[in-house]
Amino acid sequence: MGDIGAFLAMGGYAGFVWSAYGVAFAVLGGLAVYSWRRYRDSNVTLERLQQDLGKRR
Amino acid sequence: MINWLANPARFMRLSAKAVPWCGWTAVVVLALGLFWSLVVAPPDYQQGDTVRIMYVHVPSAWMALSVYLFVAVASAVALVWRHPLAEVAARAAAPIGAAFTFVCLATGSLWGRPMWGAWWVWDARLTSVLILFFLYLGYIALVNAFDDPSRGGRAGAVLALVGVVNLPIVKFSVDWWNTLHQPASVMRVGGPSIDIAMLAPLLIMAVGFSLLFVVLLILRMRTALNERKAMALRLNAGAMPAPRPGRDRAVSAHTAVP
Repeated sequence: MGDIGAFLAMGGYAGFVWSAYGVAFAVLGGLAVYSWRRYRDSNVTLERLQQDLGKRR
Repeated sequence: MINWLANPARFMRLSAKAVPWCGWTAVVVLALGLFWSLVVAPPDYQQGDTVRIMYVHVPSAWMALSVYLFVAVASAVALVWRHPLAEVAARAAAPIGAAFTFVCLATGSLWGRPMWGAWWVWDARLTSVLILFFLYLGYIALVNAFDDPSRGGRAGAVLALVGVVNLPIVKFSVDWWNTLHQPASVMRVGGPSIDIAMLAPLLIMAVGFSLLFVVLLILRMRTALNERKAMALRLNAGAMPAPRPGRDRAVSAHTAVP
């Protein structure tokens, strides 16, 4: 347990080190999630559009 | 190779297979890199544990520069050869580069505060990276500012190429001017001056960030091509009762709706 406490404390620089990793994770993870969602939506939209047009033909 | 990949249909086929491979490799490499950076790597004898910020700060700085170079090269290819995928690639890459640049600036600030005693200083390295960030934002704003996407693409490509002049300034700013920022310790003449125990996690994180870039680039390019295709289908469908591919491509949205 003391090991984990020491690890989290980062030699007294916990605020700086964890904030840095947190910012990186939030920004890059956020971009990844956003890009993935938009990609999935574009697939659904395109498929639906192709189906609709197929029916009308 | 480039010409062979220039065909968007072929790109869609090949990239569909590449996404899961690159994606899972990126996850594994980044997990390994994080464990190594936070647990295995030793604290610095002067900087203590703040040195761990380096493992996200430095790779994101490398990505900020190399992604910009990618945007510029893709823009040049789009301007000169009208390569159908080059402009899509440049547009897809720019927000990823902006994200890496932001991470570089934010983590640098969080490292500067405990080590230099300042969140920010207006020296050559920090200022030129801030300009790089604004170049990314300017490019993104410009390519989206036109109703006609091809005009926006050309304007953005010119901006991206002009901005290349900033890249050597960022890289050599630590040698040309007096600065708080330390000079290069990995990519320098005479080889890296950093110990292997710290170099290893640094390089693993760099590989992980590069893989992340490739995955996001492919995803965003596929999204753009999907959206472009959907737009073309809508325009065609609005112009005629039944869509006939190959005709009425130029009908605008206004004339399409009676």
